[in-house]
Amino acid sequence: MVCLLILAAAAGAVAAFLVLRLWIVLRSQDVTPRQSLSLLVVAGSGGHTTEILRLLGSLSNAYSPRHYIVADTDEMSANKINSFELDRADRDPSNMSTRYYIHRIPRSREVQQSWFSTLLTTLRATWLSFPLILRLKPDLVLCNGPGTCVPICVSALLLGILGIKKVIIVYVESICRVETLSLSGKILFHFSDYFIVQWPTLKEKYPKSVYLGRIV
Amino acid sequence: MKCVFVTVGTTSFDDLVACVSARDNLQVIKSLGYNRLILQIGRGMVVPEPFSTESFTLDVYRYKDSLKEDLQKADLVISHAGAGSCLETLEKGKPIVVVINEKLMNNHQLELAKQLHKGGHLFYCTCSTLPGLLQSMDLSTLKCYLPGQPEKFSAFLDKVVGLQK
Repeated sequence: MVCLLILAAAAGAVAAFLVLRLWIVLRSQDVTPRQSLSLLVVAGSGGHTTEILRLLGSLSNAYSPRHYIVADTDEMSANKINSFELDRADRDPSNMSTRYYIHRIPRSREVQQSWFSTLLTTLRATWLSFPLILRLKPDLVLCNGPGTCVPICVSALLLGILGIKKVIIVYVESICRVETLSLSGKILFHFSDYFIVQWPTLKEKYPKSVYLGRIV
Repeated sequence: MKCVFVTVGTTSFDDLVACVSARDNLQVIKSLGYNRLILQIGRGMVVPEPFSTESFTLDVYRYKDSLKEDLQKADLVISHAGAGSCLETLEKGKPIVVVINEKLMNNHQLELAKQLHKGGHLFYCTCSTLPGLLQSMDLSTLKCYLPGQPEKFSAFLDKVVGLQK
């Protein structure tokens, strides 16, 4: 009985500590000047990848190396990414040192998958993606809403919570979202460093978000 | 040769594919002056039989690396409400009718279609109201779509991550 109480108290203390760590990580937004930063991009299926590549097209070569995370069942995104990077290298042959890598993780959820099984597959994806994030230790994670981004962002947050590295998480809500946030958006609104929306209605509903107009 | 391009992007949208290739609707499309229909069916299970007669051609395929060519040829685009398909079409200056897939979760695609319709850039409907819309719409009322500005994103990001100029 006493053992159980001690265990419960210990678990409570650990949980409280983790929550406190999370709170500290989320609040830290100091801007350290730098010349370059490594970027982790989460590429979801179809339109998500198109949108995120448009955003990446505007970024300078300082955002390098670029690591792309793609769901294991998504061939099309890998092709689009390769085209994008080849195109980019063609347009700027002077910069031969820009490296990019494509990594695959299990898909968090399929379209129309039930809520409960989504929770299970997301937990599994987090478990499987954490070692990758731990190895890559990116400076910045950029995502725009596919289910794949939740486990990645959770893993990035864990790096901060465990005191390993503070990873900047930037979430850009899809242009599809005019009035309401996506499920990933609703979750990551609370856990991202910068949450960008593309329509004024969303800025009104979520004043803490960043509104830059239509950016894709 | 006036051409209609129907696209479902990377999704499966059997209802639209079936609707558009149904005999009655092909008649409607023909009666509006189109003599070619290119049907991109994505992951769908419904695969209409392509055919070519003197007066009308139906082409069917799943994917191409880029839809640029087919968009270029089209005089009218009928599309699912995916952002990629909508934006690519609008940026090419082609008239577009967006068909909402009522079977999607929360039907979030409807928001974008409604907003772009509010801006006068497209017409939208469901599979059941498509034939009616095709016959009643006036494409000349559609307004030009200005592309988004990703440079605003890069300027913002450069600032907040501390990248030196």
